[in-house]
Amino acid sequence: MEQAELRQWEQQCVQEEVPWCLAACPLHVDAKAFCALMAQQRWDKAWMVLAKTLPVPGILARLCDAPCQEVCVRKDVGGAIEMGRLERFCAENAKPVAPPRRLPSRGKSIAVFGGGLTGLCGAWELARRGFDVTLSCSVVGEGLPALPDGVLDAEVASLEKLGVVIRRSESLPLERLQDCLVDSDAAFIDSASVPEDWTVFLGEPDAMTLGTTQLGVFSSPAGESSAIMQAAAGRRAANSVERFTQGVSMVSGRDHEGPYATRLFTNLASVDVVEPIKTSGPYSEDTARDEAKRCLQCECMECVKGCEYLRHFNYYPKVYVRQVYNNESIVMGTRQANTLINSCMLCGLCETVCPEDFSMADVCLQARQTMVETGKMPQSAHEFALRDMAFADGDRCTLARHAPGESSSEYVFFPGCQLTASDPEGVMAAYGDLRDRLGAVGLMLHCCSAPAAWAGRQALAEASMATLKQQWEDLGCPRIIAACPTCLKTLRQGLPDVEILSHWSILRAVGLPSGAMSVPCPLAVNDPCAARYDPLLREDVRAVLDRMRVEMVEPAYNGELAQCCGYGGLVSEANPDLGLAVADVRAKGADEDFVTYCIMCRDMIAKTGKRAMHVYDLLYPRQDDPAARPSPGYSARRENRVRLKEQLLRDVWGQDETHTVEPYESIEFDVTDAVARSMEDRRILKSDIQKVLLQARESGTRLVNRETGYFLASFRPVVMTYWVEYEERAAGLLVHRVWCHRMKIQGAQP
Amino acid sequence: MSVIKVPEADIAGWTCATCGTELVLAPVELEYLDSLFNVELPRCPSCGFVYIPEGLALGKMHQVEQLLEDK
Repeated sequence: MEQAELRQWEQQCVQEEVPWCLAACPLHVDAKAFCALMAQQRWDKAWMVLAKTLPVPGILARLCDAPCQEVCVRKDVGGAIEMGRLERFCAENAKPVAPPRRLPSRGKSIAVFGGGLTGLCGAWELARRGFDVTLSCSVVGEGLPALPDGVLDAEVASLEKLGVVIRRSESLPLERLQDCLVDSDAAFIDSASVPEDWTVFLGEPDAMTLGTTQLGVFSSPAGESSAIMQAAAGRRAANSVERFTQGVSMVSGRDHEGPYATRLFTNLASVDVVEPIKTSGPYSEDTARDEAKRCLQCECMECVKGCEYLRHFNYYPKVYVRQVYNNESIVMGTRQANTLINSCMLCGLCETVCPEDFSMADVCLQARQTMVETGKMPQSAHEFALRDMAFADGDRCTLARHAPGESSSEYVFFPGCQLTASDPEGVMAAYGDLRDRLGAVGLMLHCCSAPAAWAGRQALAEASMATLKQQWEDLGCPRIIAACPTCLKTLRQGLPDVEILSHWSILRAVGLPSGAMSVPCPLAVNDPCAARYDPLLREDVRAVLDRMRVEMVEPAYNGELAQCCGYGGLVSEANPDLGLAVADVRAKGADEDFVTYCIMCRDMIAKTGKRAMHVYDLLYPRQDDPAARPSPGYSARRENRVRLKEQLLRDVWGQDETHTVEPYESIEFDVTDAVARSMEDRRILKSDIQKVLLQARESGTRLVNRETGYFLASFRPVVMTYWVEYEERAAGLLVHRVWCHRMKIQGAQP
Repeated sequence: MSVIKVPEADIAGWTCATCGTELVLAPVELEYLDSLFNVELPRCPSCGFVYIPEGLALGKMHQVEQLLEDK
């Protein structure tokens, strides 16, 4: 990723944009933090938030006219937060704080004229920045409305503590202004508190810099009635004086000095309408707290709300994209974001809900591709999935044929390698049904290449797609009927000129197969993330279910907002715990049993213990309670594919072609329940155990335990060393424990 | 290269079934992603068969594998 791309991505995520109240406040008070503290009745802390930002806070908090209320996001759901009243409550009830610490002296003397609110604020802002300020005025606090006793005096004392020299009862002839230009480095005029001839002499100040016709003399705009805008003029003048005395640009980078617009998005969809606390007098502690509690604490987090993956890493895409960028930039050292990159489901939900279309999938997929290209992809992340894909694309599983007795195919059925792995009987039945009703339907058993693409292995994905394209051409380029939503999506991308239909649209057109059943209770229709951008597919499935009289309910985050089941993007391989957590979130989306048209969704949801069935279970019923069928393990999935091909060749094409049996396949063994679970968790296949046991039998190399009499053997067929602890019983071998590691033992160990 | 000692690698009742010999702790070379580690592990002094216990394989060894993959 180039730095410019990083900037573009960062710009796209609005989570760190400031809230509307803060942006609209001319002084940028952090009203969100203030309300959060007020809601906790931490008045003193809340006051510190105000006092940190407001000049003469005791005065200003009591006079603030709260322009933030006009843009408060809460205004459309009950009414804006009564920020002005909250400020006044806080001013009355919180412990006063000392004025801010003054910066070291800059050795520059600034003359401030006029003791109104603007002048006081200007003096405050300048003094805290280290300027030597002299405030000359006829009356301190001129023009201020009545304030509680002692408030003005306390703030004047704070000003003096900040080092401001106050000259009261000064008459201000125009000559004073001219004299000051000789004695001072710059001047600021509170135009509401000086004689009119001054303002005539200086002219209308520049809107951005408040500069006047006199070099080094800055003046507040005339006629400003808003207290907070008067204070903002003081700060703007202080900024200008600072620039002027430093000799830097007076105009650059000042866009966010006053009120400005922000891009922060806050979704109100699930926000209840709550009206402001109604009371005529000052707030009590309870009413102040309750009013502050209405603050929405605005943030975006739209993508994080619906995505377990984005939530898991504790931040949001703006932070993640920088981590991804840094990960790629590391030459020597540990790349910290590999897991983050490889845990995204690549499902596209974030992009769909993001007000700015930020796609974590694009960021992560691109990073994976780069990691593969540069040889930095951790071997363990996707190796098992790629080995499984290679197996599905191997001779024992693949097939490309016309229907028996046909020399051409009008259609070819493409069930996909996961449906064949999980439900070979369903595939057999579906293929039989298609041939019965459509005639010349060929069959292709092949992987659609999605796992390679998800793993960032473009070359492998392209090679797999090229092979299946060749097989399809050899069949005479028939129309493809795909059953799996991921296959549909992947094939349409890889073979853009080919007519690819879903099995569901065919069934919608030709009607239900005989024997299709319904279920008496409502089912939650699970849309897989691969169907996010395919409304027709989602509609076809519902039409088919409707014909079966299935009463359908929609789970949370469905349709174009479908949440991934935890298989997408190979998250369940790269980060198995997170994969299961993602599946769990999906499974909790509805109370009813799930029905889905993606077999991986079915299996992942079933893994969480939630009842789930595939539409094939209803269309081609084979068992009484399909929703209770457990997810087949990795070994069974491979065996299912092999057995399906053999059975199809035998039953459909009348060929008895059993594959050559490898020596290890003849090793029989049983496993304990704990071992069955370990095999799944550790991605150890039955064939891996068979290879270890065969090796031990042939070489005699193994350990024996004095206490249990169990044997322990190890073998490294390719890249993993597998260990098997087993017992030799009269009834055969029983495996008690299995484990594996990637490190190689140097020397003669097999 | 110094020898890394791992407390998990106890001998725990295992003997070499081939040689009938007790295992002893001995330096063994482990390799992953072009990195070599000299680790003290239970080994048959006769045939050299090395025992990697489950806890070590899934614990420290796994951590080191991941660390090397992220380098």
